Amino acid sequence: MKVLIHGAGVAGLTLAHELATCGAGVTVIEKRRQIAGNASWQAGGMLAPWCERESAEDPVLSLGRDAADWWENALPGHVIRNGTLVVAPARDAAELDRFGRRASGFRPVDAEAIAALEPDLEGRFGRALFFAGEAHLDPRKALLGLQEKLVQMGVRFEFGYGTASKPYMADFEADCTGIAAAQPTLRGVRGEMLILRTSEVSLARPVRLLHPRIPVYVVPRSGNLFMVGATMIECDAAGPITARSVMELLNAAYALHPAFGEAELVETGVGVRPAFADNLPRVERDGNKIRINGLYRHGFLLAPAMARQASDMILGHETKKELVHEAHR
Amino acid sequence: MLELYGQQVSSRLLLGTALYPSPAIMAEAIKASGVDIVTVSLRRETSGGKAGGQFWSLIQSLGVHVLPNTAGCHSVKEAVTTARMAREVFATNWIKLEVIGNHDTLQPDVFGLVEAAKILSAEGFEVFPYTTDDLVVAERLLDAGCKVLMPWCAPIGSARGPQNLDALRSLRGHFPGVPLIVDAGIGRPSHAATVMELGYDAVLLNTAVAKAGDPVAMAAAFGKAVEAGRQAFLAGPLEPRDMAVPSTPVIGMAAFS
Repeated sequence: MKVLIHGAGVAGLTLAHELATCGAGVTVIEKRRQIAGNASWQAGGMLAPWCERESAEDPVLSLGRDAADWWENALPGHVIRNGTLVVAPARDAAELDRFGRRASGFRPVDAEAIAALEPDLEGRFGRALFFAGEAHLDPRKALLGLQEKLVQMGVRFEFGYGTASKPYMADFEADCTGIAAAQPTLRGVRGEMLILRTSEVSLARPVRLLHPRIPVYVVPRSGNLFMVGATMIECDAAGPITARSVMELLNAAYALHPAFGEAELVETGVGVRPAFADNLPRVERDGNKIRINGLYRHGFLLAPAMARQASDMILGHETKKELVHEAHR
Repeated sequence: MLELYGQQVSSRLLLGTALYPSPAIMAEAIKASGVDIVTVSLRRETSGGKAGGQFWSLIQSLGVHVLPNTAGCHSVKEAVTTARMAREVFATNWIKLEVIGNHDTLQPDVFGLVEAAKILSAEGFEVFPYTTDDLVVAERLLDAGCKVLMPWCAPIGSARGPQNLDALRSLRGHFPGVPLIVDAGIGRPSHAATVMELGYDAVLLNTAVAKAGDPVAMAAAFGKAVEAGRQAFLAGPLEPRDMAVPSTPVIGMAAFS
């Protein structure tokens, strides 16, 4: 069984891993020259299905709850299981109650518990919600780590793949190109983020700051880096971040901890999330073509489950006869 | 039937299109509430790219009137530019005019609002100004060419409901012929019914539906409340009294025993 995967984002790489683990011959082609820069590269890397359930429908929780295990299994050492802390300024305490009513899998904590969890936030918030079962990873390290592992497993990669490149023959083709797939029912939701560097604050886990207009999260990464994200704009343009978005994101980071005001702004990033109208992902099959898309803001959270579904579909239909049958259905 | 700038509209509820869990849920909420008009924020939904692409197609497919708004504009110039862009993108002269005076409270800058309304009305726009409940400002907006007024009843997204019923009543009393739409601050269907009972022509809201536990069910509830409030207004509600008044006569009651 030979499978050709289009796209080296989180959907393509997780599918490659599922297939290669089962012994399929996998080639990944990617039109970019490297992994860096795609939508997955700009992700927060939060594996937070209980928090996400606040604004997402149930499949995000049911498909995402095993994601941390999948990543830990695929890339030992990458997953940090310190949970998620959700805070709100005293003035917006009602937002915390609302969040709590919509989510599950958390316990309310007081100022003392907040200080114990995140000493640098001591005295800043009176109440929070602690989602102990959640996790996070560094998406860039995870993408590069997965690619390296896949190469060792015998998966071939071709970057800079264009229309002039030589075609590959395969039993199955998988389209994992996200917004570039240009499906008519797919829309882009622009997300903008910042990376700050400061040694004056340290956080053990992603912290979400609730605000009626601009909810943000701050995800700690190694090297005193913090990813601050992310805007949600109904737009498929990938152009540079706007001044307004920088101001709003910085404002929110500053509200979380004033020391972020002195941080270095080392990077801004823009990604376009692929989403269907219900903001839920799909695995779709047409003959010997399959596509995974619509991961929206849940790439690292939902890609494992979608990859498993797609891989089952692919490996469950190995004979040519069945493929022909599917194609004519 | 309600007429706004010559356009007959059958529903007296207007819904915003932001903050829903997904566009699919937004579309269902719009259908469930039976609204005729939705507001769309140009800045957020369509900036750059293919003018909102899929999101915009979805709204178009719902067959409702679109009232573009200048949400998030803080100056006259910004609001006027956004309005002009909106006219091009949405092919309508309608514009919900917001000039925000305070970033935190989102209170309208009524001075900038009047100025922007003047400029836009002169350019042929049909302006729906988001304003406070101040009578004099309302007069200035009408002078500026507005033929519809949209006073708040509480700050945007606050869900506090009518904070100053006297001001709303007085506005209604002063401008009997002007379509008045309560925009902003509505949190519950009972709030919507309350302002409709005062004789307001319509209600515009977004957060109260989009951020409800079940936005579709809440949209339907608001549709009913607006309808009920309107019917009650037309039916002539009973004025409150200080004294108890028995609903059956006391004098001349038949004596049993």
